[in-house]
Amino acid sequence: MAFLAWFVSRLFSLDVMPFLALFLPLGGFIVLSLLEPGIRRDREERGAVLLACTTVFLSFLCLLWTALHMDEAARTLADFRVQWRLPPRASPYLPYQPSLPWLDWIDVSGVHVPFALLLDRLSSVMTLVVTGVGFLIHVYSIGYMAHDEDRVRYFSYLNLFTFFMLLLVMAGNLPVMFIGWEGVGLCSYLLIGFWYKKKSAADAGKKAFIVNRLGDAGLILGMIAAFYSFGTFDTFALTEGAGALQPEKWGEFGPMTVAALLLFVGACGKSAQIPLHVWLPDAMEGPTPVSALIHAATMVTAGVYMVARLGPLYAHSETAIAVVAIVGTVTALMAATIALVQTDIKRVLAYSTVSQLGYMFLACGVGAFGVGVFHLFTHAFFKALLFLGSGSVIHAMGGEQDMRKMGGLWRKIPWTFGTFVVGTLAIAGIPPLAGFFSKDAILGSALGEGHKILFAVGLLTAALTAFYMARLLFLTFFGPFRGGHEAEHHLHESPWVMLGPLVILAVGSIGAGFVPVPEMLAVVFRQPAEEGHHAAWLPMVATLVAILGIAGAYWLYLMLPDLAARLGARLRPIGRVLEEKYYFDRVYDAFASRVVVEGSRKVLWQGLDASLIDGAVNGIGSVTAGFARAVRVAQTGLVRAYALLILGGAVTVLGYLLWAR
Amino acid sequence: MTLDAILFYVFAAAAVGSALVVVGQRHPTYSAFALIVTLCSLSAVFGLLGSPFIAVLQVVVYAGAIMVLFLFVLMLLSVKREEPPARGAWGVKATAIGLGAVLVAQVGSVLAASARVTPAAPGFNASTGHVARLLFSPAYLYVFEATSILILAALVGAVALAKREM
Amino acid sequence: MSAGADLTTPALLLSAGLFAIGVVGVFLRRNVITVFMCVELMLNAVNLAFIAFSRWRGTLDGQVLVFFVLTVAAAEAAVGLAIIIAAQRNRDTLDVDSFNLLKW
Repeated sequence: MAFLAWFVSRLFSLDVMPFLALFLPLGGFIVLSLLEPGIRRDREERGAVLLACTTVFLSFLCLLWTALHMDEAARTLADFRVQWRLPPRASPYLPYQPSLPWLDWIDVSGVHVPFALLLDRLSSVMTLVVTGVGFLIHVYSIGYMAHDEDRVRYFSYLNLFTFFMLLLVMAGNLPVMFIGWEGVGLCSYLLIGFWYKKKSAADAGKKAFIVNRLGDAGLILGMIAAFYSFGTFDTFALTEGAGALQPEKWGEFGPMTVAALLLFVGACGKSAQIPLHVWLPDAMEGPTPVSALIHAATMVTAGVYMVARLGPLYAHSETAIAVVAIVGTVTALMAATIALVQTDIKRVLAYSTVSQLGYMFLACGVGAFGVGVFHLFTHAFFKALLFLGSGSVIHAMGGEQDMRKMGGLWRKIPWTFGTFVVGTLAIAGIPPLAGFFSKDAILGSALGEGHKILFAVGLLTAALTAFYMARLLFLTFFGPFRGGHEAEHHLHESPWVMLGPLVILAVGSIGAGFVPVPEMLAVVFRQPAEEGHHAAWLPMVATLVAILGIAGAYWLYLMLPDLAARLGARLRPIGRVLEEKYYFDRVYDAFASRVVVEGSRKVLWQGLDASLIDGAVNGIGSVTAGFARAVRVAQTGLVRAYALLILGGAVTVLGYLLWAR
Repeated sequence: MTLDAILFYVFAAAAVGSALVVVGQRHPTYSAFALIVTLCSLSAVFGLLGSPFIAVLQVVVYAGAIMVLFLFVLMLLSVKREEPPARGAWGVKATAIGLGAVLVAQVGSVLAASARVTPAAPGFNASTGHVARLLFSPAYLYVFEATSILILAALVGAVALAKREM
Repeated sequence: MSAGADLTTPALLLSAGLFAIGVVGVFLRRNVITVFMCVELMLNAVNLAFIAFSRWRGTLDGQVLVFFVLTVAAAEAAVGLAIIIAAQRNRDTLDVDSFNLLKW
């Protein structure tokens, strides 16, 4: 009995719960992978799928408990310091950092990397989003992937992804975070290329991984730079160390700036910012729930998370934080313009994700890290909702994703339609939905810090966002059905397994805006909790802009559809540029095929490998053979030659004896 | 110049000349005859150097038995005129002649140098009796008997090697 | 019949010369029997050297050694010629260069 009590008390402690939450999905992955070859019957398959969903749900519960009990631990630690008369910390921020004591990862001279986690409000927000939305998507997938042969493999990958993502956001030091970083990249590759027999899917998976890898190069360099400057990989220690140094001015490439910039390269790769954004649209080849989870709610936000986690580091480097803001804003605008001309429903959402991520970086870039995370939080809800909704639409359309073949679906799939409307309004920024609050906060911060241009661009992008999202809504759900008779007969509403998560996410999209995330997280970023007063006219202007966007789309696509066609013809050149996604893909492809492949073939393969290295090795062989050929004369078998050698030897010996001594 | 010296140089010239014939002659049989001439000349030189026993032995054994044996074999095998040497073998030849010259120089220098140091000893009697007495003395008796066994072995070996299969 | 002492050096030089001729002959001739005869020539040159030294030193050991060389030369000639006969029967030629199996 006492043992049971002890066990329970140990279990429900901040030392064990986080790790339990972390390793539950990993266990799910392992079990499913091991069982997968042996599963033959439907019942077994259903059991495995249920197991996968359960692990994530349990993980969510553990993290919920952790979040609720975290402040207690921090208070306990503070008391501990008082009791032992230790000097109080400079900031009131006190994260809890449990680690696996028997698993020090690296321990060589000067470098000590324990397998440590860092628990604070920021990690709570992230982990709850990951497991919460993740669980909903697991449930949704039960319905979406019902007819797929490889269901079990799919769910095992989803669990693995959850594990890595949790590791990423809970990591206490950069190397452990990097494990998670790489791991989610791997899962992204596995899941994008899930239908690997389809060439475009396999290619998209490769593209995602490779572009990610480019960013990772910067990340690794950034980690090394940080270690070089600060002597530690621990994120808490890094932020404290950054706080202790003098802030670096614009143009000054001190240690903080260099590390921050390099790490940001990694963030660009993971979060699909210019110029490493090219993988995200192609990633839509994967199953739609995957797009919802990985490429909307969680994985792509890892870059934002990292910047936020190292907030004080960026705050102290004018150059780095300006770069973040500029890249984010430019990306937001560019992606929004590309989304205007997309015809595939998922592509629109993909570019929308890129654009919204740009908003998050814009917020971080003006110093409002909490606001950036707030937008991350709300975005997870409505973007997942939109993606899952589009999945429902695609499911109803029997696999068709081209919006030009849709129309008038609101009658046939009302529940999907209803939740989709909620999502659209949320992302457009209509109050009182979630997107309004977070977007308004971003624009307000930009204006408040005096960045007028960024604010203007952000406002324009908001208008574009509303426009293209409304366009998507109208093309898909309104107007006449353009898909043909057979498709029309096939239209049916999705099962409740899929609709349930949609409804829950819709509720979240409405309510998430009321969660005071920036205030909660201010202490993490060492910032004062009360924000600067935003201009009072801002909410109204933002809402007006959003309504304008929606109205514009309504006018163009519903009222006067031929006007849209005529405008499209007139603006053909601009349209080309947008359709070609600003030629990014072409340039990269040209570089890859011309420079890399041809260069490798001509120079490295033929020049270096075949000629030089093979030549050297063969040369050694032929030298030896030639030498042997020369020496072989002594073994001709000719008696005369042998006799000659004997004579020569005798003469030599005689000569030596006579004349050399 | 004493008579001995003159005779010596005559026979020496004969020996060298027929030796050159041995080496230069195309037909093996003529080479054999030339070699007989060389041997006989050498026999004469032996005699001039005060070794009558060996001189006679040279004629009887070498020229008389060994060369006859050679001629027997030459007749048995009906050797023809030798073909001219193969092309490209001049390298071997040149090397051989070169090395031969070097060898002459070496050997000759050694031999000549040693004899110049001290003059010949007087009182040299190499008659048959004296040689025989030394030959059968305990110093060389074992070797003498051993050579008889050697000859027996050679005899058996020659027969075994050269006989036709029955 | 002891003659002038200065016959020793010429005799030795003659010996060296004959030896050299024999050596050259071994390499220049193609018929194996002729090669053998040149070897005999070399032996004779050595005999001459022995005799000359024997006379120069005044001892009879040189004579005895020549005796043995003679004997051995006879035995060697017998066996050698037997080998040549056997080889000729095998290869049907007496060309030195055709006996080239002494290699791996």
